Amino acid sequence: MSKSNGLEPSKLHTADALRTASVGLHTRKLRAALSALGIMIGIAAMVGVLGLSESSKSDLLAQLDRLGTNLLTVQAGTGIGLGSGELPIEAAGMVSRIGPVEQTSTISAVDANVYKSDYIPEGQTGGITVQAVDVNLLDTLAGSVADGKFLDDATATYPTAVLGSVAAERLGFREVTGTQQIWLGERWFTVIGVLDEFELNPDLDRAALIGMTTAEDFLDHEVVPSSILVRVDPDHVDDVTAVLSATANPQNPEEVEVSRPSDALEAKEAADDAFTALFLGLGAVALLVGGVGIANVMVISVLERRAEIGLRRALGATKRHVAVQFLGEALLLSTVGGIGGVVLGWAVTGVYANTRGWSTLIPPIAIVGGIAAALLIGAVAGLYPAIRAARMSPTEALRSA
Amino acid sequence: MTATLTNDPSAPSAGSDVVLSLHGVTKEYPTTPPVRALRGVDFSVTRGELVGVVGPSGSGKSTLLHIMGTLDLPTAGQVTVAGYNVADLSDKDLSALRSRHIGFVFQQFHLLSGYTALDNVADGLLYTGLNVNTRREMAHRALSRVGMGHRLEHVATKLSGGERQRVAVARALVGTPSIVLADEPTGNLDTKNSDAIVDLIHQINEEGVTFVVITHNKEIAEAFPRTAGLRDGRIEYDTGLKR
Repeated sequence: MSKSNGLEPSKLHTADALRTASVGLHTRKLRAALSALGIMIGIAAMVGVLGLSESSKSDLLAQLDRLGTNLLTVQAGTGIGLGSGELPIEAAGMVSRIGPVEQTSTISAVDANVYKSDYIPEGQTGGITVQAVDVNLLDTLAGSVADGKFLDDATATYPTAVLGSVAAERLGFREVTGTQQIWLGERWFTVIGVLDEFELNPDLDRAALIGMTTAEDFLDHEVVPSSILVRVDPDHVDDVTAVLSATANPQNPEEVEVSRPSDALEAKEAADDAFTALFLGLGAVALLVGGVGIANVMVISVLERRAEIGLRRALGATKRHVAVQFLGEALLLSTVGGIGGVVLGWAVTGVYANTRGWSTLIPPIAIVGGIAAALLIGAVAGLYPAIRAARMSPTEALRSA
Repeated sequence: MTATLTNDPSAPSAGSDVVLSLHGVTKEYPTTPPVRALRGVDFSVTRGELVGVVGPSGSGKSTLLHIMGTLDLPTAGQVTVAGYNVADLSDKDLSALRSRHIGFVFQQFHLLSGYTALDNVADGLLYTGLNVNTRREMAHRALSRVGMGHRLEHVATKLSGGERQRVAVARALVGTPSIVLADEPTGNLDTKNSDAIVDLIHQINEEGVTFVVITHNKEIAEAFPRTAGLRDGRIEYDTGLKR
């Protein structure tokens, strides 16, 4: 169109468009900073929430990886109509014959109490239970010893005990000397070890653990399994779960409870996910408010800078150039806010993850999405003011100056 | 859409040397009651002229300047700038016409406050498509031409009123326009600075730049080689080139 009449059209190079878009930021720094701050807080909230959720999830995955999700617990049901609280004596043997079962470890609840000494009144049991266990328990549960050592084939035949973390605390054990004794089932037991917390079986934290043979020989305990821990080929967890209760107690399969301890950890994570969604929503609201702030500032800016708009039209700017300038300014504001928000969100995640001992993980989608969301908000917020600026008649703009 | 070199019937002798011509230009603002700011103005400017248009406030001076500068379009009549019939041009083309053929000087200077004199003058070429280095070189030359070569890097807000208007004049000149339109260029200046700007306009006109200066100051207007008087939207008198 312009070529036909020999008039070379007005042009604005991209770099110059960027420069004109930054005029407002350059001349009104505080206002620009404040309006970018709104976007920044919104983006920081979203990046932070996604980062924290990702970091905690990675921590959980690492935990599950360490503990394994292939542990199943077979427990005798308790309560009315659910049987005696005992599994058949042969249960462990039968369970271990299921193909994909890699390891079993039996726990048998012993009817005895534990005291620090024989002077303690009988009622003050401290809630500590006594469990007769197999020597492979620690291995099966992926547990670890805090001090001393765990039961082995030898110590499992003597009156020796290993304390769960909570039990040790309640009995006042800080370290294991190998000579300390506890009053267990009306006789002295030597404490040979204290355990760390069991992440998969917190019940055992409150127990004094003794060997099966010890229980039989010294406490006249009839070893009836109360629960069996089963490690399964990870690929066949569901298959084994399906047949486990019938195998453990063929006569009364309904009296057997089969559970997967790692499910509890995953359920915890699911609850965290619900919070993540909530905070993401709050972040989105903050972002929206930030966008309204930018729109507001841009509308004011267009009114205040009518003279500049008039001047630019006089210098040869087309309507499009003016629109690009103001839209560009809104985009610059929101980009600055978006980048600032990503950095802030990252920093917050890093600090928090550090205090929790997690590794800091920001999902790339949060970074890309954060900046994209900021740009989108900026574009939407800047569109109306930009169109308004472009439509302003040059004479109007110059007259009102 | 084609723009043709228009022969202004009111000034047939002017030929292609006519830079600006208005023929029967009327401007009505659709208020109630409608305001007729210009009523059939015939006016033309030849290359190299320096014309003062003088008139009291309300005489239609600003409207006339806006129409000459293609910032506004007449209700009736024909406007030709640098050979282009304004009525034939789209809004985009008018922007192009302004960026290449028309320079403006305003009463309020209209400089970008946070930017240097050099940047402000270089902005006069912003929409021409020239690269930034060329723009700055040309701006440097234009500033030297108005006696501001020593103030290149001064921020606009740090300059005096007279200096600001010199910068604004440099910005109007930097693109070597066919015509420079000045709207009350001395309106915001004290007598001393005002005289200096008028001298500058004379000097630059002698270098060949075509100028139309709109003012309410009779003294200034009458000192120019040609003076036109505007009253109630009509050209009351036009001295033509004074001998």
